[in-house]
Amino acid sequence: MLPPRVIPCLLLENGLMVKTVEFREPRYVGDPVNVVNLFNQFEVDEICLLDIGASRNGRGPDLALIKQLADECWVPLAYGGGIDSLEGVRGVLGIGIEKVVLGSAAIESPQLITAAADEFGSQAVVVSVDARSAPDGSYEAFFRNASRPTRESPSNLARRVESLGAGEILLNAVDRDGTMAGFDLELIAGVAAAVSIPVIACGGASSRADLPRPIQAGASAVAAGSLFVYQGRSRGVLINFPERQRVEELFDSP
Amino acid sequence: MVDYGIGNLGAIPNMLRRVGVEAAISADPGVVAKADRLIIPGVGAYDAGVRNLHAAGLWDVLRSKAFIERVPILGLCLGMELLSESSEEGELPGLGWISGRVVRFRMPADSRLRVPHMGWNTVAARRPSPLADVIDGARFYFAHSYVFEPTNPESIAGETTYGRPFASVVHQDNILGVQFHPEKSHRFGLELLARFVGA
Repeated sequence: MLPPRVIPCLLLENGLMVKTVEFREPRYVGDPVNVVNLFNQFEVDEICLLDIGASRNGRGPDLALIKQLADECWVPLAYGGGIDSLEGVRGVLGIGIEKVVLGSAAIESPQLITAAADEFGSQAVVVSVDARSAPDGSYEAFFRNASRPTRESPSNLARRVESLGAGEILLNAVDRDGTMAGFDLELIAGVAAAVSIPVIACGGASSRADLPRPIQAGASAVAAGSLFVYQGRSRGVLINFPERQRVEELFDSP
Repeated sequence: MVDYGIGNLGAIPNMLRRVGVEAAISADPGVVAKADRLIIPGVGAYDAGVRNLHAAGLWDVLRSKAFIERVPILGLCLGMELLSESSEEGELPGLGWISGRVVRFRMPADSRLRVPHMGWNTVAARRPSPLADVIDGARFYFAHSYVFEPTNPESIAGETTYGRPFASVVHQDNILGVQFHPEKSHRFGLELLARFVGA
């Protein structure tokens, strides 16, 4: 077995690559084709692409751009943003995307999870669970770009979408997004314990040495945005990724 | 490349183009009948794959290409699983070209390993095959919940471990199958596809 997957999580808005803080204030990071091309050269394990503009503005996926990005990419690409129908799922999977990420649709039309899994297999269906913490220390899942509460705990939501056919959970700690303040390990452990499918943990990676921690907490894979697009806390843009040997070393140490 | 209505048909021709090969993608039995080599892609459910192959009128021409003309044929992911006789996942008989059954991955209760098997893993070549040197020690991307258990161990050309060893590459005469996605396995997948097309 190889080390767990380490996944750049990249955000798109209006055809540009951006980065947010707590799911807000997108800042320009670069041209999507260039960025994906770079990560492809770095031989990353897979890439997660989320179009935050599509969901926010009620647009569907930008298939022309997605196809361009898929053509650049020799590793699996997951795409999410604005997919709310089986036609939408088909359209995206038909142009070189390996897996769809369902966010708001998983809340508003949960039957889509099952329909997509039945047609393409659950390994092609990722559901995004976007979690915020409440003052009392509990967690709640949100949707619509983390602007609306679901009144459901992330663990419950994860369990529910697993039973509907989801193959993986993309767990976003909204409060940690863009902060580089460390992963929310309690959140990750709770959701990982609630399901038997792989959980990809995202949100808060502070350094490369931080990457094994979600795995120790029960996640099967770890994703990061800021860590791989910025150079440290100064937020100067620098697309970066550790070399394979470094990744193996990171996950080898106890 | 056999188009039977399921599977990611964009990525494989893209990769083949990089080694100078223009693959035809077709659901037309007449076109399939003229092929020098065939790739059978596929993702998703076993029965859906079986039904789609029948509906496209491809079942018999594929059998003829496999056993009479004996052209090189490569099944990818579900395409490999369909080479089997049957699957626990479905009720319909598969192509049955390589004897054996497809079963679901089962992990012991205390295992950290989850199903589906998603991610990179290595392959060890177990027996000589046309792909032996491009698979041995190489790593590929896997995304599956089911594994093929061939009846005859001689069909197992490559093995991978995920909780337990399983057949990641099968081979019988002119027929090959890989459980992983070469089109998403970077330079390792590119080398494998290049080898298969003889580039």
